[in-house]
Amino acid sequence: MRTASERDLLARLHIDGPLLGGAILICVLGLVVLYSASGQSLEVVVRQGLRMLLGLAAMCGIAQISPLRISRWAPVFYVLGTLLLFVVFLFGTGRGTHRWLEMSFIRFQPSEIMKLAVPLTAAWFLNDKLLPPRFPIIAVVLVMVLLPGGLVMVQPDLGTAILIMAAGLLVLFFAGLNWRWIAVAVISGVVLAPIAWYAMRDYQRQRILTLLDPEKDPLGAGYHIIQSMIAVGSGGWSGKGWLNGTQSYLEFLPERATDFIFAVYCEEFGLIGVLVILVAYSLVLARGVQIALSAQDAFGRLVAASLTVTLFVYIFVNMGMVIGQLPVVGVPLPLVSYGGTSLVTLMTGFGILMSIQTHRRFIVES
Amino acid sequence: MLKLKKFRTLVGQSAQVSTQSQEVRVFQRRLWFAVSGMVLLALLLVIRLILLQVIHHDHYTTLSQENRLKVLPIPPTRGLVYSRNGVLLADNRPSFALEVVPERVPALDQALTELGKIIPLDDDQLERFDTERSEKRRFDAVSLKINLTEEEVAIFEANRYRFPGFDIKARLTRYYPLGSQLAHVVGYVGRINVDELNEIDEGDYSGTTHIGKEGVEKAREAVLHGTAGYEQVEVNAQGRILRVVERVAPVPGKDVHLTIDTDLQAAAINALKGQRGAIVAIEPATGAVLAFVSNPAFDPNEFVNGISAKLYAEWRNSPDRPLVNRALQGLYPPGSTVKPAMSIAGLHFGVRTPGDTVWCPGWLQLPGQDHKYRCWQKQGHGTVDLMRSIAESCDVYYYALARDLGIDRMHEILSQFGFGKLTGIDLPGELGGLLPSREWKKRVRKMPWFPGETLINGIGQGFMLATPLQLAHMATILANRGEVLVPRVVAELEDPLTHVVEPIAPFNRPAVEVANAAHWRPAIDGMHEVVQGSHGTARATGAGAAYQYAGKTGTAQLFTIAQDHTVKNQNVTKLLRDHALFIAFAPLEQPEIAVGIIIENGESGSHTAAPIARELFDFYLKQKPPEDDAHS
Repeated sequence: MRTASERDLLARLHIDGPLLGGAILICVLGLVVLYSASGQSLEVVVRQGLRMLLGLAAMCGIAQISPLRISRWAPVFYVLGTLLLFVVFLFGTGRGTHRWLEMSFIRFQPSEIMKLAVPLTAAWFLNDKLLPPRFPIIAVVLVMVLLPGGLVMVQPDLGTAILIMAAGLLVLFFAGLNWRWIAVAVISGVVLAPIAWYAMRDYQRQRILTLLDPEKDPLGAGYHIIQSMIAVGSGGWSGKGWLNGTQSYLEFLPERATDFIFAVYCEEFGLIGVLVILVAYSLVLARGVQIALSAQDAFGRLVAASLTVTLFVYIFVNMGMVIGQLPVVGVPLPLVSYGGTSLVTLMTGFGILMSIQTHRRFIVES
Repeated sequence: MLKLKKFRTLVGQSAQVSTQSQEVRVFQRRLWFAVSGMVLLALLLVIRLILLQVIHHDHYTTLSQENRLKVLPIPPTRGLVYSRNGVLLADNRPSFALEVVPERVPALDQALTELGKIIPLDDDQLERFDTERSEKRRFDAVSLKINLTEEEVAIFEANRYRFPGFDIKARLTRYYPLGSQLAHVVGYVGRINVDELNEIDEGDYSGTTHIGKEGVEKAREAVLHGTAGYEQVEVNAQGRILRVVERVAPVPGKDVHLTIDTDLQAAAINALKGQRGAIVAIEPATGAVLAFVSNPAFDPNEFVNGISAKLYAEWRNSPDRPLVNRALQGLYPPGSTVKPAMSIAGLHFGVRTPGDTVWCPGWLQLPGQDHKYRCWQKQGHGTVDLMRSIAESCDVYYYALARDLGIDRMHEILSQFGFGKLTGIDLPGELGGLLPSREWKKRVRKMPWFPGETLINGIGQGFMLATPLQLAHMATILANRGEVLVPRVVAELEDPLTHVVEPIAPFNRPAVEVANAAHWRPAIDGMHEVVQGSHGTARATGAGAAYQYAGKTGTAQLFTIAQDHTVKNQNVTKLLRDHALFIAFAPLEQPEIAVGIIIENGESGSHTAAPIARELFDFYLKQKPPEDDAHS
């Protein structure tokens, strides 16, 4: 229980207590498991901790900006980001994929901006329209979402593309997109899948077949999935204990500090540990839902709901991949996986949620 | 529903509030729907986790305890490359490399300094090491120094306890025994770079470090590489390998046998005497490339383990441009070598008969123009018929022919002789040159076609550009009297284990459409006159040959000589002198070899390029034993 003065202080600073607390809790869990996953490298943990502080600073900074101003800037970032995606598409360099933009001072991933710019711009566009939206409006939003999504997909970065498109399409969903449209989209997806299969190159098909039957590819992705499931399953109720995960220490786990860090977590902390982190995520998600419900305009509602559910998609896709339920796509576990780019984006997203919550005109305590 | 909404917007404020509240109601329903969805999916996750961690826990614990099995990839042995006459062109040789796993080295910079004291490391190696390290993951091995001497290996082994994370790996390195001789055909392999990583099958290449970058090595990467095998090994708790449990052997890559004859190739290089240029020789019956020279060349071995920045800069900036594959990518105006094809176009469209003559006073003017289109022969050829026009290479004859044909019909026939498009040779990076047309000029130059340009293109100057390969290809088409075979350098693939040979069949394209097969005769007779007639431009080189053959000289102008001015070539700096061109095939009937030759700044096709063709024909037709036919 916090005192009234503390609450006032946080409110004056435009900080939302529950969100801040949840984020810090997850970050701490992340650093603990990272120490183990990095082979007990304090250097890695310190570096990640600094990134988290940077992320928290970004979060608090964004929270100071009113939603109105955020909504006005969103299209600017959207247009800039899309242009940069085209530039990357044409000249990008990177680790085997065209996703980085080399600048003199920093290596920069434009697709990361779009994770926020797409839902924000869609919500900005829908804010003054009659909702639920009708056809021409829906078409505009679809183009707005699918153009950057497609550019990211051809980079190729399937994981980020999924997150960008999910965030944008969720805005449309929450705006009240007719169920008939949704049904049409789902059915056409089912119909188009076999056509896409024929259009694919041999090695792409091979990768999909591997997802369906991991044992077929003992050197590639299949091996990783099997090893990851062994790590999770052998964790049991209470885990093998911190720093005692044999799967990660014997290097059976791939990408164990980044995309597969959840496997290390499961192995060392077991089902109980998993429930703890799930509760921490639920806290943040629940607060997001609450903020969406109490938002006072369409922009706030749509953005808050979309960002919250996108965070869930993030978590679900990563965990599903680690426990062998979903195909392997490069999606990190929010706030836990090693790496700075997605961390800063997520924290910025939290900052936007805080801004929506703390800049309401009439604050009604519930 | 629609009407209702319109009504509401019309009614105003109160209706606005009611749409607003409807909007909020829809939103809240959607949000609760999404929340139920999230709860449901989260439950699925938890159920799956319970399944793995509680119900099947024992199973996975057993697997984890028995998980002493690691899968290690075994790279396949790369296929070898041989010439037509069985000379080994690309070999695999054992070598030792010093590798580092950065994650396992406590203080990398310090370790490198220490190591430098016992094994010399130069800046180039360290720089390459840094580049490779930045592209790889921390737990991947990065090579630091390749081709260690046996002494260096011994020194390292004695000191290895001081360098955790450093290891010596024995492996096979690509080696090209003939060096620069076939660099532009065989190409070379190099370390896999980030762009290539994206295109290859990760599993199949997980133990492979090198990939074909140029030439046959690149074109035939799929067959040369083979399929990776793997080894399941048992490791102890520290990760040390105890024994091999299962081994799936890799499938080695196939050996590639080329159509290139290394003796002829060497003869061609010698004949160039160090001049810049290109020579392509093709067997007309099959399209098999017998020699493929681009001079000067480079030593491909330098690229295998990463070329030093200094040497690379030197090659790149050399005015001789050894890295450029002139035969495949060098673009030159084909000059007078197009005249036989032009004469065939004239016959095909009925614009000329073989006996039709043109009066050559040394120039031709278009009506209403002052400009004189000049013949190379200043004083003129006099009366010229088709055969003489080829034998003596009369420009005025072809100015007039081009004028009468028009650019569209010229384009139609010359295109069938392979100009302006890829020959389709099985080497990467081929250029198709340029065969201008009205449509091209409008599209690229945004200008209409001018009649004068037709004339200039009629003697192979102006916009026209062709590669030496295209010239040899045209010589092949003339030798075959219209039949078009795609040139190729790979003759067959051989499985190194079973020795099963898979020949690559010759591949035909639609033949040149000529109204009457007899139209080939005068052009070929004219080409015969060029080398073995009494007035031919290259009669000096054809004299005394033991066989009949056909050729056509050409000069590619680099330097436009102003009207009514003569510039002695001695006064023109060497790099501005004309390129010398020559196409030829031999023998005249049932030809066995066709060539295209370019000598850069060689000035005159008849003096510098034509003798080379004679030398190659003498060499090839004499040394070739009759039973060798079975091989090709």
